Amino acid sequence: MRHDHIISAKQLSRADIEEVLDHAATIAADPTAFADRHSDTLLGLLFFEPSTRTKMSFATAMKRLGGDIVDMGSVESSSVKKGESLADTVRVVEGYADALVLRHPMEGSAKMASEFVDVPLVNAGDGAGQHPTQTLLDLYTIRENAGFDDLTIGIMGDLKYGRTVHSLAHALTTVDAHQHFISPESLQLPRSVRYDLHEQGADVREHTDLDEILPALDVLYVTRIQRERFPDESEYREVAGQYQIDTGTLDAAKDDLTVMHPLPRVDEIAHEVDRTDHAKYFEQAHNGVPVRMALLDLILGGEPR
Amino acid sequence: MTDDQQLRVSKIKNGTVIDHIAGGQALNVLAILGIDGGSGDALSVAMNVPSDRLGKKDIVKIEGRELSQAEVDVLSLIAPAASINIVREYDVVEKHRVERPEVVEGVLECPNHNCISTKDEPVESRFAVTDDGVRCEYCETIIRDDLPAHILVE
Repeated sequence: MRHDHIISAKQLSRADIEEVLDHAATIAADPTAFADRHSDTLLGLLFFEPSTRTKMSFATAMKRLGGDIVDMGSVESSSVKKGESLADTVRVVEGYADALVLRHPMEGSAKMASEFVDVPLVNAGDGAGQHPTQTLLDLYTIRENAGFDDLTIGIMGDLKYGRTVHSLAHALTTVDAHQHFISPESLQLPRSVRYDLHEQGADVREHTDLDEILPALDVLYVTRIQRERFPDESEYREVAGQYQIDTGTLDAAKDDLTVMHPLPRVDEIAHEVDRTDHAKYFEQAHNGVPVRMALLDLILGGEPR
Repeated sequence: MTDDQQLRVSKIKNGTVIDHIAGGQALNVLAILGIDGGSGDALSVAMNVPSDRLGKKDIVKIEGRELSQAEVDVLSLIAPAASINIVREYDVVEKHRVERPEVVEGVLECPNHNCISTKDEPVESRFAVTDDGVRCEYCETIIRDDLPAHILVE
């Protein structure tokens, strides 16, 4: 990997992505071979907003590489509560850890923080901006289940504020996927992502109705429509019901459709879907560990074995 | 400038004349340069005067101040057709067009209130200049219209 900091999926080339995914596959095949890989390494976890999967999978990944973590803890129990700037916090924790993982509620926070530290900094989600490591595990799951060749993917839900969507859309341009975005008009992709996709010459279509495109999809990536974004509860209810899938919905899909979700879900995927061969979202979550092990190994100076 | 236009705004001895500003943008040009007349230097502004090239144009004359290249670069965002005349002892000694820079720092405020650059952090705003607007280098918000509304005022 040429990058010291992992801030945005936009910085990842096809070669970078393949390198991480290939390394993750090697690790997944024999994790114990990497158990003492980074036994002297400490990873600093700076999570300024709640996180379960991302935080735990980074901690697990570091420990499975033989290293350990130093955790800032909750914002309420940290010096942030006293008004410390993010720039100061990362500069302090840089002295404790060999690499940093940052989750922050503001867009651009990882980019800014990376300008103040010399150790590698990984963006674990910056507001509605980017979530590049989620994208790497998403791509790993897609490659395992559907492959990258002539891939047709539908991305549905909150496309406006969904950082996992923004990162994934950028990364999918590197594999020339056909991208279909399904959302209420009020939650369509933001201008900045549209701009990039246009600049990349990506094959992109937008829909408000899943039925229009479902039969053509190899992958359906569902995200939660975030109730808190709607100024009016009734507006939320009007659109939320249109973006729920159940086994009946999937009758129109290909038999080998892969259904993914970054989790947590609320009611956008019915639990009955879990029992079908389409459901890959728990596998997707589990893939976070080998993928983050691979990424950490590469940015901490490991060479693929 | 024509003689008629020179009559509207008197000659300066030393300083800068910014010509060919799009009509109505002169005050924004002053704002982007941080000039409010408070320094005591003479300042002349002509607005919406006839122009063959622009239809209507504004002209700004700043006595006692030569603009830096960085200031000229920033000007290009709102006055891409402007020409800069550096005046010494009543003579124009340099004349050049503005060129759009690749990046402007500390000039514009990001309109995204959830952008880290708008908070109390030790960084200046930074925007990449694109063909048809600017883009925040932190949160990636794109501004295409109404750039002057986002000028940071000290």
